[in-house]
Amino acid sequence: MSNGIINWFRFSSPQTFYPLAGKLIPWFWALTAAFGLAGLYIGFFVAPTDAQQGEGYRIIFIHVPASWMSMFLYLVMAFWAALGLGFNTRLSGMMASALAPTGALMAFLSLWTGALWGKPMWGTWWVWDARLTSELILFFLYLGFIALQSAIDDARRADKAGAVLALVGVVNIPIIYFSVKWWNTLHQGASVSLTKSPSMAQTMLWGMLLMALAFWMYSIAVSLTRVRAIILERERHAGWIEELSEVKPS
Amino acid sequence: MNWGSAAEFFAMGGHAFYVWGAFGACALLMIVEPILARRRRSNALDELRREMRARKESNE
Repeated sequence: MSNGIINWFRFSSPQTFYPLAGKLIPWFWALTAAFGLAGLYIGFFVAPTDAQQGEGYRIIFIHVPASWMSMFLYLVMAFWAALGLGFNTRLSGMMASALAPTGALMAFLSLWTGALWGKPMWGTWWVWDARLTSELILFFLYLGFIALQSAIDDARRADKAGAVLALVGVVNIPIIYFSVKWWNTLHQGASVSLTKSPSMAQTMLWGMLLMALAFWMYSIAVSLTRVRAIILERERHAGWIEELSEVKPS
Repeated sequence: MNWGSAAEFFAMGGHAFYVWGAFGACALLMIVEPILARRRRSNALDELRREMRARKESNE
């Protein structure tokens, strides 16, 4: 048991995490490509035309994964922020900062693809209903987190301020998730539920899950790339950085 | 197979604008974001090398 604890703390130091992340990134890109190609193939060539929505429903294969990731990444970001706030570990704040832009991108894609789906199916790009509005708030929370952090010069203080914002904003996640249940909205109910079997065709479900995995792997790959940049920016006075082969003058 | 021809595939049953608008934006952002993240890292590395050179010169 004690061994496990020691190892975790070892990887919480930027010095050990930086090379580890570098080794992992290509694997996550490979997984992104594999899941993405399989998901797109099923989404466009295997999944049948929808009886009600025709071909327009195929937006689901990116809309649902982007929406899921926008919520999931927020929870991961808040988790790292809380860890940083509680244990004052350096890497935690860097992880939270690295996740925010990708989360914002997912929230934007969720809104964008949702608008392009809403127009042909509902007849409108946008309605101020519970699901759409709470997702928009999530997008603004990401932007607020990024803006707040970049407005504070001291990195550790920026981490703390950002962490408080991230943790307060967590309340929005269950609101988004349950909004289609709690309120009467134009948005359809959950596509996949933990409590009952999915209502959609098997192939549609598989396409969606594969795309969700691809989005997940993408998020990990791009966040690890970004966290490596942040480590270099923040640790530039640490001795180990100067020993890196990519820094040494050739 | 859902599509009789490539043209039929790109027409998306009349929803081409919406489907390709969604997939296109997604593809574009997912190409641009990794490029920006990589550029941020190479900028940080450039900055580090510059600082190290400056420190070395001031020591000499």
